[in-house]
Amino acid sequence: MKQSALSQIIFGILAWIAALVMFFPILWMIVTAFKTEGQAIAIPPLILFTPTIQSFLDATANAGYLLFAMNSVIVSVGSTVLAIAIAFPAAYALAFFPTQRTEFTLMWMLSTKMLPAVGVLMPIYLGMKTIGLQDTRIGLVGLDTLMNLPIVVWMLYSFFKEIPGEILEAARVDGIGPRQQMWHLLLPLSGPGIASTALLSVILSWNEAFWSINVTASHAGTLAAYIARFSAPEGLFWAKLSAASVLAVAPILVFGSLTQRRLVRGLTFGAVK
Amino acid sequence: MDQGVAVTNISTEVRSGRGARQVNTLPLLLPAVILLLLWSILPLLRTIFYSFENYNLMTPPAVFNGGLNYRYLFTDISTWVAIKNSVVLVLGVLAASIVFGTLIALLLNNDFPGRNIARLLAIAPFFVMSPVAALIWKNLLLDPVSGLFGWFMTLLGLHPIAWFSTAPMLSVVIIYSWRWIPFATLILLTALQSLDTDQLEAARMDGAKGLARLRYIVLPHLLRPISIVIMLESIFLLSAFAVIYTTTNGGPGDATTTLTYLIFIKALNDFSIGSASAAGVFAIVLANVLAMFLIRAVSRNLQA
Repeated sequence: MKQSALSQIIFGILAWIAALVMFFPILWMIVTAFKTEGQAIAIPPLILFTPTIQSFLDATANAGYLLFAMNSVIVSVGSTVLAIAIAFPAAYALAFFPTQRTEFTLMWMLSTKMLPAVGVLMPIYLGMKTIGLQDTRIGLVGLDTLMNLPIVVWMLYSFFKEIPGEILEAARVDGIGPRQQMWHLLLPLSGPGIASTALLSVILSWNEAFWSINVTASHAGTLAAYIARFSAPEGLFWAKLSAASVLAVAPILVFGSLTQRRLVRGLTFGAVK
Repeated sequence: MDQGVAVTNISTEVRSGRGARQVNTLPLLLPAVILLLLWSILPLLRTIFYSFENYNLMTPPAVFNGGLNYRYLFTDISTWVAIKNSVVLVLGVLAASIVFGTLIALLLNNDFPGRNIARLLAIAPFFVMSPVAALIWKNLLLDPVSGLFGWFMTLLGLHPIAWFSTAPMLSVVIIYSWRWIPFATLILLTALQSLDTDQLEAARMDGAKGLARLRYIVLPHLLRPISIVIMLESIFLLSAFAVIYTTTNGGPGDATTTLTYLIFIKALNDFSIGSASAAGVFAIVLANVLAMFLIRAVSRNLQA
């Protein structure tokens, strides 16, 4: 028993070391964000210093930053609401009224995720230009919605599958139609599942960089595009860039930590629960 | 971060109350199906169409040129360099995330003080958007003058390395690994938590040592989630873009130009739509072959 207790302590220490090593780059970014520009590039690196929030003030005082932060919020929330609105009835139909085609439909939806985005870069880029959606929030909302739709359907489907069919059956016998079933039964019954699906969708579109970089310019870009683009010219301003980065990842770090385990289901299309 | 696919058991069994045919499900399904159909077919057809044209935005109009774009694509040495770079990136990050992801997941699955916090910290990098991950590493850690790693090396009496010019692909692999090891950790940790503890306990009672339990119970249990991680990560990593865009821009030279990045350069730097589309079609075919191969591997694993 003694030996096992000792090994437990050793493994616990190793686990903490691993966790801290993985987290260290984030920690160092946070630390740098509270430095002045001079302190940020000082060698040897400063561990002890008087923290300042000047970099945060400078970073957010930039009009571009505020616009791009607002775009991030609008695009991620907008595309999530849309994706769920479209996926909810579909997942309801797939989960509660299975036919021979159900499996095929689900697998086909999944297969649309395999298309590498860069393969359709040109048609999307030119198409959005033609219909005037380039560098618009609506355009980006549309792209993110379509990108996340298969994941949202799959994740909702897997949560709906856990609801006993008898409940909806009883409602049906009482003459309650599909619309009411979805609104008054399914929605409240699958609340936590819908919430984590929404969270995953928000995380994915908040962090989405490929389309944001390629189909937006100065109007509809999200924070991912802002940070990717301004890295070169503002490369010297490490403290300011770190502050901007901290603000850009903070909400997602919080969201991600909230529902880690449920996210796995969406990320693996239900293969790992 | 989400280019992914996996297989799950879709139970086709009709549970009570779920087989009812009275409800017309078509209007419920149609919006999602039609949108995804348009999304997955129209742009693809357009790409195929462009790929047979001599089309440059700088020198319109577009002219049909048969299979010329494809012939140039496959005779161009840069295509093969890009494919090699893609393979190195995918295999490098996969190796790192399987080895370290499994190790970290096993460590975090133990009972120790503060383990919930340790888990959050270990998984956090997965939630950091690629451009930010790229910048942290490019500036704060790997910069030869003011970066932390350079300072460590001088402490050890070594010369700091200019990472992105001396070992560009390794640097990119390190950054992507830092984001994708936590993904593997998250998936494998979740899988470990569903491991039957009775079985482990029984094995322990029968005198199976820690390593034997790991070898014969835990690792076999992880086989399936590991193959899912391999599948999801390879599909994502084949389209990896933002870190390369933010750090090396595909350089120096073509050292970090992957197939995805090559297409991006052809398309939005050179505006040669035709040749970018030919390469795009090739990338799509490649991704689909890979996806098919991987799905088969996983479903074999499912049945085993």
